[in-house]
Amino acid sequence: MTNLKDKVALVTGGSRGIGKAIVDALAAAGVKVVFTYLSSEERAKQMESEAAKENRVVIGYKADAASFSESEECIKFVLDKFQRLDILVNNAGITKDALLLRMTESDFESVVDANLKSVFNYSKHAIKPMMAQRAGKIINISSVVGINGNPGQANYVASKAGVIGFTKSIAKEVASRNITVNAIAPGFIETDMTDKLNEKQKEALVSQIPLKKIGKPEDIAKAVIFLASEYANYITGQTLVVDGGLVM
Amino acid sequence: MDVEAKVKEIIMDKLGVEESQVVHEASFTADLGADSLDIVELIMGFEGAFGITIPDNEAESITTVGAAIAFITQKLG
Repeated sequence: MTNLKDKVALVTGGSRGIGKAIVDALAAAGVKVVFTYLSSEERAKQMESEAAKENRVVIGYKADAASFSESEECIKFVLDKFQRLDILVNNAGITKDALLLRMTESDFESVVDANLKSVFNYSKHAIKPMMAQRAGKIINISSVVGINGNPGQANYVASKAGVIGFTKSIAKEVASRNITVNAIAPGFIETDMTDKLNEKQKEALVSQIPLKKIGKPEDIAKAVIFLASEYANYITGQTLVVDGGLVM
Repeated sequence: MDVEAKVKEIIMDKLGVEESQVVHEASFTADLGADSLDIVELIMGFEGAFGITIPDNEAESITTVGAAIAFITQKLG
């Protein structure tokens, strides 16, 4: 068993999909979790009350991950509440798919802001308390398409590849302070984001996956638990691919 | 406010060094063992303690204890 009890975590984009699974898994491990959400207020409230029934600490915080000032406020909220921050999971992300010929400037900018600038925003404000603690774990959710590329997703792929580069740079910057920074690259995972695909597209994708099945958000949450735990203390700057063998 | 005493206190706190080492000529990196992150933390510590902002290009010149005291004294006018 990992020893994460009473650690404090912040998960961006935690009300749906992979983010929600991460919040649930951390809370189940005894971590006090604050998660951000943008529009799913009702779901966030529901998560808070469900967690309270299990005597778990889960708190929703409304913030746009792309906003620098809101990220600063959010980290301040966590520190005021718990006086520390042990684990930051940069998960918030969106897609606006289009072929380059059809992709607008705002399609590109909004995706890069939500997926990559958000990682800068939250890491920047989390690093100070982590440096003072001389401990911290930052886990950035990238994607296998950030490694392999994907037509129709140049904006998303650029942002996710950017996350991998950012991860390596910050890992080197803060290693001397006992802070590890790693990325997870999920493959094809069952979420609202991938529900946009039709059955035929899904079948075609599954046939490419050696494990012959679509991943679940929980598969990513387990990788987060590993990287957040003491089992991963000697791992930094890495991208852990969790994709059923799709990319190798 | 005694700028010199406060500056020395911040340096001792951030770099974990003894008061006897914090002499005017002491270089943060060569004599007091600071790395690049320590320097950033020191500069941020000065900014917070004295309510000033130290731009990166000016921070580069603050390499010794004496330079820090002189810079901050001047900044506070």
